Amino acid sequence: MQMPTPNANVLSRKAGIVARLQEVLPSDAVISDEMETRAYECDALTAYKCPPLAVVLPSSTEEVSAVLKVCHEMGVPVVPRGSGTSLAGGALPTADCVLLGVARMNDVLETDYDNRFIRVQTGRTNLSVTGAVEADGFFYAPDPSSQLACAIAGNIAMNSGGAHCLKYGVTTNNLMGVTMVQMDGTIMEIGGKHLDAGGYDLLGLICGSEGQLGVVTEATLRILPKPEGARPVLMGFDSNEVAGACVADIIKAGVLPVAIEFMDRPCIEATEAFAKAGYPMCEALLIVEVEGSPAEIDEQLALILEIARRHNPVELREAKDADEAGRIWLGRKSAFGAMGQINDYMCLDGTIPVSELPYVLRRIGEMSKEYGLDVANVFHAGDGNMHPLILFDANKEGDLELCEAFGADILRLCVEVGGCLTGEHGVGIEKRDLMVDQFAPADLEAQMAVKDVFDPHWLLNPAKVFPLAASESRRSVALAAE
Amino acid sequence: MRPETEADLADMIASASAPVCVRGGGTRGVHLDGTVLETGGLSGITLYEPGSLTLVAQAGTPLAEIEAALDADGQRLAFEPMDHRGLLGTSGAPTIGGVVAANVSGPRRVSVGACRDFMLGVRYVDGAGGVVKNGGRVMKNVTGYDLVKLMSGSWGTLGVLTEVSLKVLPKPETAACVLIDGLSDVDAMLAMAKALGSPFEVSGAAHIPVGQDGQPVTMLRIEGFAGSVSYRADQVAGLFGGMAVRVERDPDAVAKGWAWVRDVEAFHGKPGDVWRVSCTPTEAADLAAKIGADALLYDWGGGLIWARVAEGTDVRARLGAFDGHATLVRGRGQAKFQPDTAPVAALSRGLRARFDPKGILNTGLMG
Repeated sequence: MQMPTPNANVLSRKAGIVARLQEVLPSDAVISDEMETRAYECDALTAYKCPPLAVVLPSSTEEVSAVLKVCHEMGVPVVPRGSGTSLAGGALPTADCVLLGVARMNDVLETDYDNRFIRVQTGRTNLSVTGAVEADGFFYAPDPSSQLACAIAGNIAMNSGGAHCLKYGVTTNNLMGVTMVQMDGTIMEIGGKHLDAGGYDLLGLICGSEGQLGVVTEATLRILPKPEGARPVLMGFDSNEVAGACVADIIKAGVLPVAIEFMDRPCIEATEAFAKAGYPMCEALLIVEVEGSPAEIDEQLALILEIARRHNPVELREAKDADEAGRIWLGRKSAFGAMGQINDYMCLDGTIPVSELPYVLRRIGEMSKEYGLDVANVFHAGDGNMHPLILFDANKEGDLELCEAFGADILRLCVEVGGCLTGEHGVGIEKRDLMVDQFAPADLEAQMAVKDVFDPHWLLNPAKVFPLAASESRRSVALAAE
Repeated sequence: MRPETEADLADMIASASAPVCVRGGGTRGVHLDGTVLETGGLSGITLYEPGSLTLVAQAGTPLAEIEAALDADGQRLAFEPMDHRGLLGTSGAPTIGGVVAANVSGPRRVSVGACRDFMLGVRYVDGAGGVVKNGGRVMKNVTGYDLVKLMSGSWGTLGVLTEVSLKVLPKPETAACVLIDGLSDVDAMLAMAKALGSPFEVSGAAHIPVGQDGQPVTMLRIEGFAGSVSYRADQVAGLFGGMAVRVERDPDAVAKGWAWVRDVEAFHGKPGDVWRVSCTPTEAADLAAKIGADALLYDWGGGLIWARVAEGTDVRARLGAFDGHATLVRGRGQAKFQPDTAPVAALSRGLRARFDPKGILNTGLMG
């Protein structure tokens, strides 16, 4: 991936920029030492690294506003960062940027069970939001697999999903309001403790805008009462097609499981070797989880098992207790770790119409042979959100480039069958140059017009989301203005 | 103007120099100057895949046609769009584009989300005549900015929708309704909060201060498979020991009761302006008292107040500052939409200027 040439003018003014930042922040909130800024040189897309000009760690909305005002006046790009867990390079710095981390802003500001919301500072981690309310029987639904580490700020920037979206939706469906700071330092409230917008749905626009429209410092999140219980069932099938048909039949029957996870043979083999969850060795495996009281769970599982039996499963395994439920989830939850043990891997998250599942898996298998790189598939089948893991060797010359080319082909395939490039990770830099495969110039122009309105000088996270060639004229205007 | 294709529509908008008033079924009470642009020529379901929970339709498709197609496969639009005809005295056939443009949701909004939450993709013609698509037809999609949400509820002021894709959901096997009689508004808000905060998946919570028999009634809806509905209805009823609780288990009666809430039938044929106030549920009773309405209905567990007031009443002035917004649904004396705060208004103006540079789309609506 290419990044734009850093603005030499900004680089040459480093001392002056740092001095201005130090004027508006406590001394321990500005990092400019070249060794120390290196701690922020990448996010979870670790193949790409670049230390920023400086790092700021504000502790309040007012401090964020002060920082942005300074950067706005001085024409310095700003890259916002939550916890740095982006798989798409969403928080990758440029050499000429101030990296703005919200990690110090992690307080719970208000919890209201009668109105079912929690208001938090956005540096708070996803899992600790649930942690703040679970003793009282509530939870925050979006659950990206990085939930132990990822921040709400990043969840909002990327509109994060998780395994339980089929029932509960993604971040945008669970976000009620934000406090946001615009690039010029203006602090604004959007949404609140009520439902829906009175005018344009700016909240919906901001969620998923990858930190390009403003810095979200506080968020009002919908919390839900915890279900009485949940129970998974595991099914093995002797082909991907059959497993895919079973998913469609379950959905058509009117059951709405809270999760339907799919693993293919390479993934089953790898996780079995790593986690020893006792999975059957078969072509495709489904984990279907339903929620409710014990009787309700029985009612739903009976229906699901009846459907599964029609598809001649090679294995049907019900969990009789929490321990068995844990074993069913064990392999799925260890899948990424297991892959990491074998090799370096690249994880994609294109989404496809569920009906195209068998075709897409077959094509990925064929392409795997053509590229000579192994692929394991583990994904959220109910909503068609694929997660092909392409295995490669980072130490082998040319392997990363080969892997990226293969990944791009898989994503183009997703678009070709009516899907999209990314279901939950975001575009970042990783899929930036593939945007032209999904969108016509006019489609991208409409999106970039939104950024023009929110951030006229294109200073916020400017080298992301849009192909560099498409955004160049806007970014160079910003540079010329300095 | 009545385009038959998206390309026709794009040509018409590109060559238009005077205000254009976009109309689907004309049932949502929009009165504007300008040449009427009817979307009815852009009609038909493009794709429906029950196993993928996905439906794509041209914007002018009658809502009834979509609901019938879904019903045949045991599915539905879960956000339960209201029918405005009875309340506004309009006629015509509501279209799916109109539902999306106005982000029309019903009682189930409190549990499953609004129309915008079920929107997967749009195609539209912007104010310069350019055709734009955003989103798609899959359930998880974070590729680029979410203009789908921006277009939902923008009332045709940013572009004319030509095609919409929606997530649909299975229809539940049955439904029941727990009814509590005689609660004050304040107690009803607390009761609804308790029910919605329980694990029993209440899919509707409304309070009618003066019910059909003249007495207050609070309604709590449960939907799902028969065994589960029976169990959860009992559990929810059990939360309100000592109160006058009944359970309606006839699904037809339950459906009728909730259609009555959804379409605000209590206000049909009654005089005065009608306002819709979105607010923090536990503040609803106090806010409603400030309005001094002739009649009230609370939906969304209190998060939505329907108020019928004397013509010309400035409800926003009576409410003062609060967390939420008030929309004038029926009546002409006040601005239809709540004025935005200065920074939000500035961004909204900026967006509109870019999406509709000639200033011709539904001019006069939304600020």
